[in-house]
Order: sequence, then C-alpha cells, then structure tokens
Amino acid sequence: MNDTFPKLLVHNARQFADRPAIREKDLGIWQTWSWQEMHDEIIDFANGLASLGFKRGDKLAIIGTNRHRLYWGICATQCLGGVPVPVYADSVTEELRYVLEHAEASIVLAEDQEQVDKVLEVKQDVSHVTDIVYDDTRGLKDYLESFLHDFAEVQERGKKHAKDYPDFLGQEIEKGQGSDTAIILYTSGTTGKPKGVVLTHDNVLITSLNSAREDRLTEKEDMLSYLPLAWVGDHIFSYGQAYVTGMCSNCPESQATVHWDIREIGPTYYFAPPRVFEQLLTNVMIRMEDASRLKQRLFHYFMGVAKRCGTDILDGNPVSLMDRITYKLGDMLVYAPLKNTMGFSCIRVAYTAGEAIGPEIFDFFRSLGVNIKQLYGQTEAAVFITAQPDGEVYADTVGKPSPEVEVKITDDGEVIYKSPGVFQCYYKNDEATRETKNEEGWVMTGDAGYFDDKGHLKIIDRAKDVGKLTNGALFAPKYIENKLKFFPEIKEAVALGRDMDYASMIVNIDLDAVGNWAERNNIPYSSYQELAAHPRVYEMIKANIEQVNRDLSEDPVLSDCQIHRFLILHKELDADDGELTRTRKVRRRIIAEKYEILINAFYSDATQCRISTEVTFEDGKKGTIDGDIRIENTETYKPLKAAS
Amino acid sequence: MQDTVREDDILLEVRNISLSFGGVTALENISFDIRRGEVRAIIGPNGAGKSSMLNVINGFYHPQEGEIWFDGKLRHHMKPHQVARLGIARTFQNIALFKGMSTLDNLMTGRLINMHANLFSQVAWIGPAQREEIEHRQKVEEIIDFLKIQSIRKTPVGKLPYGMQKRVELGRALAAESKLLLLDEPMAGMNLEEKEDMCRFVLDVNEQFGTTIALIEHDMGVVMDISNRVVVLDYGKKLADSSPDEVRNNPEVIDAYLGVSHD
Repeated sequence: MNDTFPKLLVHNARQFADRPAIREKDLGIWQTWSWQEMHDEIIDFANGLASLGFKRGDKLAIIGTNRHRLYWGICATQCLGGVPVPVYADSVTEELRYVLEHAEASIVLAEDQEQVDKVLEVKQDVSHVTDIVYDDTRGLKDYLESFLHDFAEVQERGKKHAKDYPDFLGQEIEKGQGSDTAIILYTSGTTGKPKGVVLTHDNVLITSLNSAREDRLTEKEDMLSYLPLAWVGDHIFSYGQAYVTGMCSNCPESQATVHWDIREIGPTYYFAPPRVFEQLLTNVMIRMEDASRLKQRLFHYFMGVAKRCGTDILDGNPVSLMDRITYKLGDMLVYAPLKNTMGFSCIRVAYTAGEAIGPEIFDFFRSLGVNIKQLYGQTEAAVFITAQPDGEVYADTVGKPSPEVEVKITDDGEVIYKSPGVFQCYYKNDEATRETKNEEGWVMTGDAGYFDDKGHLKIIDRAKDVGKLTNGALFAPKYIENKLKFFPEIKEAVALGRDMDYASMIVNIDLDAVGNWAERNNIPYSSYQELAAHPRVYEMIKANIEQVNRDLSEDPVLSDCQIHRFLILHKELDADDGELTRTRKVRRRIIAEKYEILINAFYSDATQCRISTEVTFEDGKKGTIDGDIRIENTETYKPLKAAS
Repeated sequence: MQDTVREDDILLEVRNISLSFGGVTALENISFDIRRGEVRAIIGPNGAGKSSMLNVINGFYHPQEGEIWFDGKLRHHMKPHQVARLGIARTFQNIALFKGMSTLDNLMTGRLINMHANLFSQVAWIGPAQREEIEHRQKVEEIIDFLKIQSIRKTPVGKLPYGMQKRVELGRALAAESKLLLLDEPMAGMNLEEKEDMCRFVLDVNEQFGTTIALIEHDMGVVMDISNRVVVLDYGKKLADSSPDEVRNNPEVIDAYLGVSHD
C-alpha cells in the first residue's frame, strides 16, 4: 500500500518510468525529467540531506518560487521522515524569521541569492538552522560560509552516502506511514501571526486521490505549477495530485513569463484564482478595441453566439442544429484562436476558487468551451470541501460536497465540515486548534453560507465580517465588494458600514483598464494617484456604484447595503504595506486603522480629506504618499421588495 | 590602495591624452589606468569630458596627443569596430538599440563580432552557420537568464520601458564577451528601484564573468558604492584619482560638484 508520497514516488518510477514527471523552462528550452529520472534525483538529494545530519522529524524550510528542485526538496524531506515547511517567496525577513523559528527548521532550501540573503539575515536569531542549500548558484560564488551548500553538491554527497549505506534510504522510506506528518503549511492569515497547518500523508494523499478520481485525472494531464509553493492549492494540484495520478507539473521560466509559458505547454488541468481570469478577460477586451473593424465585428458576432449556446454545448444540454453549426464556425474563426492565445486550447478541467468570480467572466470562458468550475476549500481541509461536478456549474455557487466530505450549516449560519483531509492541528498552537476543530472533528470555516435548492453550497461572506447597520439591516461587505470588483475598471474595493448608518466604499481603480481608457479619451496622467483623482474617473466609478446599488435594491435581504458615499484611494492597496494578505485578501482591521481619517470623513459632511500614508517599496525602503482625496455621494434606490 | 601594481595587472592605460575640437579643449593631459577585474568609475559634473574620455577609449574620437595601451600593447589609430574586436564593448548614454528588433535579436547582434561563418552559409543556415548560431543563442540565453529578461525575450525593444531598454543594452554589451566593458551613465534617468537593480547587475557581471568595468556616472552615491577606484574629471582636467572614500572627502571634488566659481 502506497500510503506516503515517497512510496508513491518509488511506485511511479516503476509504473510511469519514462513518462514526464516535471518540466521547467531553462535558457529558453523546456527541460523534462521522467518519473525515473526525478526519482533518482530526489533519492540523491535525500541521501545528501541525511549526510548533512537531517533525520526523522526534522523540519526543512523551503523558500522560493516554483522550481523543480524545490518540489524535489519536498519529497526528499519526506523520504527521510522529515517535514517540509514551504514559505512564501515574497515573505519579508520578519515573516521568514517567524516561520523558521516557530517551525524549528534545521535546514533551509532557498531558491537563489535573494532568498539566501534573507535567510542569512535572520540566521543568527534562529538557532535551529544549521545548513542552507540553494538551487541557483548565481551571485553566490563569493559566499564562503561553510553551512552554505549548492543543491548539486548535496546530491554528490548523497551519492557517496548511498554507497556507504546502500540500504539506508529504502528502509527510511519503508518506515513512513500514512499518519506521519507530511507537511506544515503556514496560512498567510488575515489577522495575527500565521498559523502552521499540520497535514499528514493521509490528509493530502486521500484528498488528492478522491478529487483526481472525481475529475478522472490521469497520467496524461499537464498542469502549470505557477502558484505559490507555500499555498495549499499548489501543494495539492502540483504535488499531491501529480503523485497520485502520475501527471506532469510544468514550472514556468519565471513569474513574469507565465503568460507565454502557458501557451507553450497547453495545460489540460489548470487552476487560477478569479483575478487571473478577470485579468485575461480585461486584456482580451482591451486588445479587441485595438483590432481592425472586421475582426471586432467577427468577435462580437460570435461572442453573441457563444453566449447563447456555448455553455449548453459544454454542459451537453440540447442545442439546435443551426446553433451547433454556427458555434462550430465560431470555434474555427474566433474561439479556438482566442483560446490559443490564452493557452487554454487543451484544457479539460480548470478550477477557480478563493473568491467569488463575476458571472460575466465565468460565462465568458465557459461559453468558449473552457470547462472552468468552482470549488470551495481551505488549507485546513487540504483544499477540497465542495466542488462543482461536470454539468452542474453555476456562477454563484461553489458546488456540492466533495467525496467523503460532510458539510453542515450551524444555527448561526456558519459552514462546518468533516473530511479525511481535515488537518491534525495548528503547529504548537492548541488553543487555536480547539477554537477551529471540535472533538468530533468538525471544522469551522468561518464563512457564512447556505445550501440552495439544487443542493449547492453558496457562500455569502466571512461569518465574522457579516455585521449590521445601525438600523439593524444585514451588512455583508465582501458581497458588495465582489459585485463592484466585477467591473473591469475596479481592482479592489473595501466596504465600510458595520454599526454605521449607511455603507461607504473605498475603491482602487485598475491601472491597466482605466489607463487604457484614459489614453483612448486623451486624458493625460503621470501616476496612479493623478489618474485616480481625475473627475472623469470619479464619474465612471460613480456610475458603476450606482449600477450595484440598483442590483442591491432588488435583493430582499441586502437592499440596505446600498453604497451612499465613496472615494478612490490615492494609492494601490499592497501586501507590502500590510493592507492585503499575500493571497491578496483585504485586511479590514489594518485598513480601518490606517485610513481612520478617511473613514471618519465618510460619516461626516466632508467632501474632501487630506491624508498622508506610509508606503513600503519593493526593496523594503519606506516613503510617504500624501494627497487630497475627494469623497462623493451616490444615488441610492428604493428597495423593490420590503426587507424580510 | 596598493601602489606596486604589476605591469600585466593593468588592462588599459591612457597616457597624457589631450583632445580638442577646434578651439575647445575637451580633455587636457589625462592619464589613468584600469586594472584587470576592477570596477572603475569616471565621474565629474556636466561637461567635464567623461563621455569624450569614453569615446577616446572606444576609438570614436582620436586624441591629438597621448597614447592608449590596451592589454599590454600600444594601440594605434583604430576605428570603433576594430576596437570592439579587440575586446572593448560599450553602452550609450541615450540608448542605441535597434528599436524594431526583439530583445533576443538585439542581443544576437552583440554576438556578431564572434561570428565567423560567411554570408552565404548564414543566409542558407547550413553547416557551420547553423552550429554557430545555436552556440551563440545558448550564450545569449545565458545572458537573458542572468539579466532576468526572459519575459521580454520576444518583445520589440522600442516598446519596453526605459529602465528595461538600459538593461537590454547592457545585455548586448555583455553578449560581446569583451575584456573591458564601458558603461556610459548606466543609471541615468532611472528611478531608485531600477538603479538598485542596475547596480546589482553591474556588480554581478564583474563578479560572475570577471569582466573589467569602466563606468561613467552622474550619481555620486551610486558610484561610491560599487566602484573600486574613481577618477574625477572637471573641465577636461583630472581632479583626483583614488578610492571612493578619499574622493568623497577631497575638497576639490566637493567644490567641483557644488559649483564653486572658477577664476
């Protein structure tokens, strides 16, 4: 029984021997390692780690982007019964220090000089770290510290170690059990310090297996591994599911080239957060505006056809012969080339999750024949809680419970679940574990939601964020924010109004979309700040908000959430300034503290407010941006139905 | 600074260079040397003769007086492309890339001086030409990787932002695999972040490839941080030639930068 990933590796090396296991683009050419080759490389590295003194139960921190050797590091650690602890590549030293110290990592596997520098900076405060191994040697020639090792050098040591102790690693792999800790994933956390979620091999393996079966994934799939290594999604999609199915994960050349790399790979299985799809749609629309008249007309005509019958064709619903023929023609002329430029030509299954996706965006891709589905998951569940089965895909739900997962709604409206993927505990934080998981193994998601009449789960908001206005009406900030963010001009929105008389909105415009619009309309601007303050941009955003207000007025529960006042912020919300999490979720508490002046201005008569904000540049230096921000009132609408 | 420098440690030496255009004297009796493997800065206020000095080394200008010794040999009257073949590559203050060509093609032009196949076989892309191009492409890809410009590999350089164009230009100079790299104001017009990136690259080039670098720069702070030795020019004359620290404290240099009147 292959109950651990190292055992699966050995199995795959036999079963899929020459099939590709992992690819990475290097010097402009895709390099491929077969399962057999990958097995040998990992074994060498694992032996090398053993020769550095790494043993069962030790932790190995991994920091960097999606490099094949970092994925190998995960499995090599598990071979020895150790625990890999991936860290977000863009963590600042403070975050890195916390994780290294909290996890008691003894070896750090770092991608390149940048990451090594960060580790060196914190090393003396973190007593457990004995060695640092790096992948990319560039710029590290003059680093003479004896505890620094090149990845290849560790593999060489491993080869020697294997000669001296030929049976050692095989025995270590055999010792592993499904109930052993497989990985600790630190959640970025919207509040407080990150928590280390402990997952066993069983958690990751069984969840991966169930979900792969559900979507009939095979060793023939190609997956693009471009999302953060430290994020549970990437761990399941690029590692868990890859090992259980034998499919190939493809590491892009760099984060900046993903857009090109996906076209070259043509993945069959794909995951992206809603914002990626949003961005793609925005790009398509912007570029279509620059296309020739003929192309524009073709595009709009056939997109109309796709809108009419595309999703039905994808879902296998009955469609008239005429529509089928026109759709086929549209596929040849428009859809297929369009999918090709986006790298979606071969996609069989694509998932999106993390946030609500705009219905227009969702339908746009589905009508082209790209099978995007939604799922709902958490690190604590090893991702899968619910997912949409083929043929039952809706823009506003997150699907039905995944195999072997039980989902319930508490009396307070919170979603709770129980599954084979449920995490063991938060590492060294029993209190938080008890708060989240009860004795029977039910886990609180912290999300408010309900099952609709089709048996699909619908998520409204974070349970703790759902509040009340002073008149007692329900206030669901994320729900309104998402409605606003579906407009391509709006990148980020933060709704305020809990325990207040009415709702207000802080808006970030999308520099690409609005910048393009400005160019088209001869509006000169030199910076985000200037563009954001432009009266015509305000007009545009105001119209968008009023549209949302109109929609809300028709909602029986949320009609009081209509937005009365708004402003466009003078800077983009940024994870470096602590305003967003690394996964780009809004940190409400920090925003409330930082922009208190603005918030007070919302609930006064002020139409203008002066603010000075500290910003952190990418190199860690700090500066300030200040400016006057205009606050505008918006039209609100009478509720169509009385609040129930 | 050591005064006893062995003869073959010196890569380039200019002796008593004077250059004038009609009645205007651009350089007056300038001498200094550049040692192998160092980062050498030439600084000075506007119009000090920095770019003229670079153009003299580069073979673009021919000084009326003085000698240039490169790699132990006295250099005679040479055209810039002959100088390039000797192993001196440069970048320009106001970017001189082929704007319509992709980053990749621009870098490939940097390899030109290392290509030997004849025109016919290059056009037909057969035999040695094919082999050679693959080799050169490999080198160019290494530089693309080094400068982290993978994402703009196929973008026409005219479309790139300024800081990126500067980086491509550095890449093209690197592609020539020269012994001496002349950088004419590599950080001019850049923002802080781009400047820091560029500094990193200059140091990395020096470290990784062992390339000797001479750079002209306006921004004193940048120069002091990354160079081993600094020559200061002012009004065509050499003001100082020493380590960054000494230059920083040299009263004459401070005067030149702060603009004390010359009488």
